[in-house]
Amino acid sequence: MDWRQLWEICSAPDNVPIVGLIPLLAFFIYLAWKQAHANDQLIGQLETDPALAKTHHRKTWPFKPGWQKEVHVWPFLLRIEFLAAIIVTIILMVWSITLNAPLEEPSNPNLTMNPAKAPWYFLGLQEMLVYFDPWIAGVVMPTLIIVGLMVIPYIDTNPLGSGYYTWRQRRFAISVFLFGFIILWVSMIMIGTFIRGPGWQWFWPGQTWDHNRLIYEVNRDLPDEIPRWLGGPIVSNWAKGVFGAIVVGGYYLIGGGLLYSLFRRRMAKDFRRMSLLQFSIMQFFLLTMVALPIKMSLRLLWHIKYVWITPWFNV
Amino acid sequence: MADENNSSGSNGKNGKVGVIERVKDDIQALKTDIPSKAKEQLEGLKDPTKTQVYTSIFRHKHDDTPRNRALGVLSNVFLHLHPAKINRDAVRYSYTWGMGGITFYLFIILTYTGVLLMFYYHPTKVQAFRDVLYLEHDVPFGKILRNMHRWAAHLMVIAVWLHMFRVFLTGSYKKPREFNWNIGVLLLVFTLLLSFTGYLLPDDQLGFWAVTVGTNMARATPLLGHEGPFGHQLGMTPYNDVRFGLLGGSIVDANALLRSYIWHCIGIPIVASVLMIVHFWRVRKDGGISGPAQVMLEAEADKPRRGPKAAGE
Ligand code: HEM
Repeated sequence: MDWRQLWEICSAPDNVPIVGLIPLLAFFIYLAWKQAHANDQLIGQLETDPALAKTHHRKTWPFKPGWQKEVHVWPFLLRIEFLAAIIVTIILMVWSITLNAPLEEPSNPNLTMNPAKAPWYFLGLQEMLVYFDPWIAGVVMPTLIIVGLMVIPYIDTNPLGSGYYTWRQRRFAISVFLFGFIILWVSMIMIGTFIRGPGWQWFWPGQTWDHNRLIYEVNRDLPDEIPRWLGGPIVSNWAKGVFGAIVVGGYYLIGGGLLYSLFRRRMAKDFRRMSLLQFSIMQFFLLTMVALPIKMSLRLLWHIKYVWITPWFNV
Repeated sequence: MADENNSSGSNGKNGKVGVIERVKDDIQALKTDIPSKAKEQLEGLKDPTKTQVYTSIFRHKHDDTPRNRALGVLSNVFLHLHPAKINRDAVRYSYTWGMGGITFYLFIILTYTGVLLMFYYHPTKVQAFRDVLYLEHDVPFGKILRNMHRWAAHLMVIAVWLHMFRVFLTGSYKKPREFNWNIGVLLLVFTLLLSFTGYLLPDDQLGFWAVTVGTNMARATPLLGHEGPFGHQLGMTPYNDVRFGLLGGSIVDANALLRSYIWHCIGIPIVASVLMIVHFWRVRKDGGISGPAQVMLEAEADKPRRGPKAAGE
């Protein structure tokens, strides 16, 4: 265990925000969960007791008849904003006094930094470079993330859970978002920061960064891995292209079918509310998200680099 | 007066007497006028809110009445982003986590510290790095200025993520706030781009290689990058593809530094400010903060929403 190495990574000034992000996220997930839990209990209670539902003020906070429904912004909101501004300022001041912004040697194109890392908030995309070609990791994925976020309000047709924390009314939406945000985005950043060392190689926390380490890894492509009894390995380029298209297309077709079946049976209401376009957009984005861990494990566990090989691009 | 002097001939004595008398008279008057004026003045100072200066600035009284509390917000250009009154539960920190507001506050801090930094920084290969050294070692408070700018930028990225996270978890993107969520997504992108363009400016190894790694991906843009799918077929080379356009060259060099600087200090802040104005405006127009709203039950899901009439809510 190389504690020094671990400390060096965690205390690098630019990594401090990432270290700080972990407890912050944990706190806010807890805060959200606590409120969701309380609301869900109230919802459960009101659903079994329609008479109460008619009279209840429908919030978990106390409310008595005669209380004002609204309060003045001045001072009740402004004092909080003022306080928040002061607290943020103090935190920032203390942080700036105790920790200096990094400044390395002057830039030098002839002296490659190893590892050369993107700013921390893009490390998830850089991590994807291991598993995907740059045009996917660097261009297609950011585009899909942005477009995917933008379509959320238009494909989530569930009218419940607007304006309050809940889990039981939005299980599917929240699971998908947590999967995207926590697993695909934040944890990839963590890997990029804490695990990836020189040569973008995998170093467990506490392992010494060895700049001379070489890994002899033979990565193969899926068409080469087809066993003989299935007629493989595939050799002709033309056949490789067709094979890959079938695999990728098949993934979306079968995955789409599974999702359809799941929705029809388990989420009939949501399915009824969604138009064909909404449903297919949801299918596409969800399957694409799920494809990432699949491709990652193909690479990490079976050393498979490409699934679909064409003369112009590889997937 | 001149006439009078002339009529009494060239005899200066007469004229002098006239003047002295007048002065005496004036002094006499001063003795009564000034104290009474001064008294008036002091009287006025007892209530400064009645002075012309004050009333020209503040358009309403300040005693603690509901009307004045509302006017305090409504008649102030900065505060009137807020409504005069809000849902009693919306002031709870646990609902919004204050993250949108904190993001905005950090943006203001960044603008302020950023402008100060601009006084000491030249976006040229010769000077950029030295300017940062100079800031660190010679400029009074230069170090803390740079530190604050950097850490506020990191905090802003985190705050935007958390803000988006809470907007999602409270379902606040649902009708009628779909459009504002989209403005938000654009703000997220521009926040990241702001941070990214700033990363290169110290012109040190860290920024240089981060930006090199980042922009190398642009080479692989489908169709528009020289290493991307179909880029070659469309005649893309390192000297005419998107990456060239971003960097103003085929490598990260002087032009890239200047472009970063301009995007960072002028281009993106302006776009982001405009989007923020739209964002805040829409928060109000979409009916204010989404909650904490009354919970809705499964059975009411497909009916038009109507709150229960009970309990004064
Ligand atoms: C520079 C970045 C941003 C700033 C300064 C900002 C600021 C704010 C502020 C001050 C509010 C009022 C409520 C609150 O504080 O939570 C708000 C609400 C909102 N923001 Fe943002 N925001 C930003 C980015 C985003 C992003 C990235 C999203 C989503 C992708 C987003 C979506 C929304 C929505 C939908 C609301 C209305 C929420 C409600 O009514 O409860 N904003 N924003």
